[in-house]
Amino acid sequence: MVKSDPTSAPKPRFTLPRRSVTSALLGTTAFWLTQPSAGISRALAREAATAPYSPQFFTAAEYAFLMAATERLFPKDHNGPGATELGVPEFIDRQMQTPYGVGDNWYMSAPFQEGPANLGYQLPLVPRALYRQGIASLERYTHQQYGKNFAALPAPTQDIILTALEGGSLQLESIPGRTFFEQLRTNTLEGAFSDPLYGGNHNLGGWLMLGFPGARADFMDWVNQEGTAYPLPPVSLSGQTA
Amino acid sequence: MNTKNADAIIVGAGWAGTIMAKELTEAGLSVIVLERGKEHTTAIEGAYPDSIDELRGAIRKRLFQNLAKTTVTIRNTVDQTALPYRQLAAFLPGEGVGGAGLHWSGVHFRADPNDLRLRSAMEERYGKNFIPKDMHLQDYGVTYEELEPFFDKAEKVFGTSGTAYTVKGKVIGDGNVFAPDRSSDFPLPAMNDTFSAATFRKAAHDAGYHPYSLPAANASQPYTNPYGCQMGPCNFCGYCSGYDCYLYSKASPNVNILPALRQDKRFTLISNAHVLRVDLDGSKTKATGVTYLDTTTQRETSLKADLVILSAFQFHNVHLMLLSGIGKPYDPVKNTGTIGRNFVYQTITTSRVWLPENNYTNQFIGAGGVGVAIDDFNSMNFDHGPLGFVGGSPVWVNQAGVKPIAAAVGTGGHGTPRWGKGYKDALVDTYKHSLAIDAHGSNMAYRDVYLDLDPTWKDAYGLPLLRMTFTWKDNDIRMNQYVVNKIAPIARAMGATKVSLNHLEFGQPFDTRHYQTTHLGGGAIMGDNPQTSALNRYLQSWDVSNVFVIGSNAFPQGMGYNPTGTVAALAYWSAHHIRTTYLKSPGPMVQA
Repeated sequence: MVKSDPTSAPKPRFTLPRRSVTSALLGTTAFWLTQPSAGISRALAREAATAPYSPQFFTAAEYAFLMAATERLFPKDHNGPGATELGVPEFIDRQMQTPYGVGDNWYMSAPFQEGPANLGYQLPLVPRALYRQGIASLERYTHQQYGKNFAALPAPTQDIILTALEGGSLQLESIPGRTFFEQLRTNTLEGAFSDPLYGGNHNLGGWLMLGFPGARADFMDWVNQEGTAYPLPPVSLSGQTA
Repeated sequence: MNTKNADAIIVGAGWAGTIMAKELTEAGLSVIVLERGKEHTTAIEGAYPDSIDELRGAIRKRLFQNLAKTTVTIRNTVDQTALPYRQLAAFLPGEGVGGAGLHWSGVHFRADPNDLRLRSAMEERYGKNFIPKDMHLQDYGVTYEELEPFFDKAEKVFGTSGTAYTVKGKVIGDGNVFAPDRSSDFPLPAMNDTFSAATFRKAAHDAGYHPYSLPAANASQPYTNPYGCQMGPCNFCGYCSGYDCYLYSKASPNVNILPALRQDKRFTLISNAHVLRVDLDGSKTKATGVTYLDTTTQRETSLKADLVILSAFQFHNVHLMLLSGIGKPYDPVKNTGTIGRNFVYQTITTSRVWLPENNYTNQFIGAGGVGVAIDDFNSMNFDHGPLGFVGGSPVWVNQAGVKPIAAAVGTGGHGTPRWGKGYKDALVDTYKHSLAIDAHGSNMAYRDVYLDLDPTWKDAYGLPLLRMTFTWKDNDIRMNQYVVNKIAPIARAMGATKVSLNHLEFGQPFDTRHYQTTHLGGGAIMGDNPQTSALNRYLQSWDVSNVFVIGSNAFPQGMGYNPTGTVAALAYWSAHHIRTTYLKSPGPMVQA
């Protein structure tokens, strides 16, 4: 598969949300909510969840890193599914193909100059480049240190590496480990908890875990129920229910 | 020969700009409003369900300023190199029709009378020596009594929900006992308390404080404002802050003013029009109009008008004044000049209280302006004498609707895992059973905290970026710590199982990476002395008398309250005096 250099790649086409064939055919959420179409919705969701996703931006090796690392950050446990089951790697790959992937609303004018951390991000790298260079550098490190790819390492070793990145003791060549870690952590959590239309939060698993009702957005009858949990399960923007 | 394009040109289509446009068209003037962003209407971009998409909304910043075009540089101290604010985080200015007034929360306060004359009030009570030497504490030059009719008018336009304490000197409700007297009640009754807010109300009361319902520009009932614009009742969907209300329940320029303005032939709105400068005549004492860039065609156009109103976001107003040569730039070394002087912010820290596991706080239920607050430690409502600091903070539970991505990113730290084992336990517990209590406080002005033009970085149009020199000072840190400590007994009374009190730390610089508040202020302040203020008490430039600058840029210091209510009142105040005085005899309304 040919992979483009993120610095010279043409600006990718922005896929507008909810302009898929599905939503065009089936219309608004109001329609979904009031019509007996939950069965269709569930079938579509199942199909989407089972169809294997081929990454468009990440190489197979990069994607293997993403699968492994995001699952360590957000592991499956007694609370619910982990990052891979929720589709987080797919979410991140899809995000790289939106304006966000090329840092379209970041100020990216030179000169780029290092400074104190509290003055914020100062690297000349947009998310695509951060991932490409960061993963490459991290894999060089794991090979040097352990003779294997990150994904092939046992979970406790992966956790040691992630901890070193988070704490800033591991520098990925020109990228501070902490910067790479925060990018990965933030995108992982976005994938776990954004609407499923972006490729993550499969079967609304993220929202179910939190008791977040999604697109219901009408709580007139539950403003104060003396601390009782909100009773209805989540619904997505396209009407998918859990 | 009359070659003007309009009687008045207004820069920015947020609250200040649309209020000024409404007032000036009512006075018979032709008005052109230039807005650098795009159109935003509730029926299209604001419609359900696309508008309530967290990823596209608050996370990917659908309604906020696009920093790729222009941003600011920031440093903490004058000996540092300021670096660009490359990613939105600490503050979130708006862009497009409605401005930040489209994505605001809706907390709608009247300024405290003492806050409007804080230097005088503090000196009267504690003496001149109480105020630190490097603190530029100043009066607004306008009093609460003078502004009251305009606070009243703004509330009626915004459809504000609240409970009054006194109207015309008579106690009429269990509102804020510290609030100033009003000429009329709120147009709508207060919003209901969420469970979190109700719990806080009871606990604060039991702890001996004076809880009240936050005044909210979120409609508790259907409402038609004096312009004939309609609002629907809020359903606590939780998508106020960072979003455009799909229910027409949160006041915005788009819902509460523009529907009326758009029907007026004297009103023209040009979007995608980025104003590059105010054009001045050779004397630099009169504006001839403005020059803007059409960002869709890249064509530059100069428009001529008799009157120019700057009503962009706080720091954009200051930036435009500096770029245009209006007034004298502030010099912190010589302590001269006024443009950029008294740049201020607010001290906001969020503490967290966990309730027992059979209590679900349902944090996704809420509204931006709704909540319960206490003012016992705000403004001058307590004795500063033994404390030795200036300023204060309201303390409140303002459950505005917590979304899952924001909750997930924010969970962890302070000894709690941020990922991996244990993280999800903390996240689920925090999301289901906790609530936030904010200390939303004042920030004073200092000689070495200011705005000027950056020497290095440029915007997409080749103009120098605005530079912020800002950090926290001991006075404000002490105030914040004092008030945050007052939260502990309230949390205990709430039956907390765990409490995390968060406050500013000494020596910790302002951090641009985490959202704090968009309530920036000052930089082109109002006052009664042209040596220490950029604008007179009518928000008219001392230096260029046909330029008025409307916004929180006029605040001499950051108050504990949210700024929008005061910005709106100042806009109506300024417009009233333009209509009744200035237009009859254009020129300086106060002699320097």
